[in-house]
Amino acid sequence: MGLIEVRNVSKSFNGLPVLEDVNLVVEEGTTVVILGKSGVGKSVLLKAIIGLIEPDAGSIRIDGHEVVGMKRKDLNALRRQMGYLFQGAALYDSMSVRENLIFPLERREQLTREELEERIIRQLEMVGLEDAIDKMPAELSGGMKKRIALARALIINPRIMLYDEPTTGLDPITAREISYLIKELQHRYQPTSIAVTHDMMCARIIADKVAVLHDGVVEHEGSLDELEKVDNEIVRSFFATE
Amino acid sequence: MVRSLVSSFFGQIGSLTIFSWRFIRSVFFPPYEFGEVKRHLDELGSRSLPLVGTTGFIVGLILAMQTRPTLFRFGADAYLPAMVAISFVRELGPVITALIVAGRVSSGIGAELGSMRVTEQIDAMEVSGIDPFKFLVVTRVLACIILQPLLTAIVNALGLFGAYISILIESDISWTLYWDSVIRSLTFADVIPGLAKTTIFGFIIGIVGCHQGYWTTGGTVGVGKASTTAVVLSSLLIILVDMILVKITVWVWG
Repeated sequence: MGLIEVRNVSKSFNGLPVLEDVNLVVEEGTTVVILGKSGVGKSVLLKAIIGLIEPDAGSIRIDGHEVVGMKRKDLNALRRQMGYLFQGAALYDSMSVRENLIFPLERREQLTREELEERIIRQLEMVGLEDAIDKMPAELSGGMKKRIALARALIINPRIMLYDEPTTGLDPITAREISYLIKELQHRYQPTSIAVTHDMMCARIIADKVAVLHDGVVEHEGSLDELEKVDNEIVRSFFATE
Repeated sequence: MVRSLVSSFFGQIGSLTIFSWRFIRSVFFPPYEFGEVKRHLDELGSRSLPLVGTTGFIVGLILAMQTRPTLFRFGADAYLPAMVAISFVRELGPVITALIVAGRVSSGIGAELGSMRVTEQIDAMEVSGIDPFKFLVVTRVLACIILQPLLTAIVNALGLFGAYISILIESDISWTLYWDSVIRSLTFADVIPGLAKTTIFGFIIGIVGCHQGYWTTGGTVGVGKASTTAVVLSSLLIILVDMILVKITVWVWG
């Protein structure tokens, strides 16, 4: 039994099917990368897992708890064990970097001002941006925003971490840096993770297992070495981009 | 065209009613974000005061200028301070303030929450296990409800001061005599309903702005649309609700 279990999940928007009978099991402590072209429903699947989107059919279980149709109060309690890195970072732009990091932390844990400050500085050091503590999001580059968003998501020490296109919109060098940073933080915090991406370089760095999503269904699952041997045009097309 | 406009208007009202009900259910239960309410009061108040204050002063000045010749024609120019005071405190002050704040604040809230929605900041709050409705909507609407009577009181005072300046230019009225006439002419039924209805206007301004922003779709185009619709809908609702409240006030106090 996996920590995250997605069973027969389907979702349509305005009659257009995006996910059709998706199945996925993520074992505790592993990182699964969902590979897929743009628009195949990778982000929709991730949002369904955290309860931002309600699937039309199917079941999503996290640690044995059914997420589909879960009451808001229970869902919020479950979400407190989860971190989410948004594609566009989604930093609160009316708040400084410090306030962005304090915001989720002070609402979950009873900490003194000094303890909060210490946790924030430690977290920023981990992503190499301790000097940006008083900056506003508008003053940060794309890569810096992703690092701060990563620090914010991981500051609560989540049991489950979801990454939505962690390297999209970044230059190849920064994308590689972010991928290695994710790998390092995965090693340090050991969360069970799902990352959706179309970036093979990122998948190679962070994945324990890969699932290829195409036309709303998971086409193939396995390690990267296993997938490399699969005789399938869609799967091969990802390796061709390297 | 007309049919789709009417249907869209009533669609908005229906969705707004559900949104308002969610506000009422949320406002009395913890967690209470008092710090955030205070921050919005500071921000919205300082953003609105210069504009509403200046407008109030000028409208008071114009009202006295316009009314004076008519009253003079009937030999009733001695009643000018009383007439200006009653018109301003009962109706002009509350409605002018509300319409200006609707243009300034409701659109601002719509645009701010709209851009938070399209850049996934509201989703980020939700996945953190924090109720974005409480943090973003309840605090802003409460700030608008508290702010509106305060702004209206200031606008009333400045409007009456503007009227005094206008009367002073035309005639030789003393400061004491003017304010004595103003205060003697005003009754409980003029001041309290005038200020009380501003809390309802504040609620309309806040809830319409938040509703438009909170459910924004369609990227930056959607943000612009949310901001414009917030002004149009809140101004329209203020006028409609004012009409009903005037009728009720007249029926109760005469």
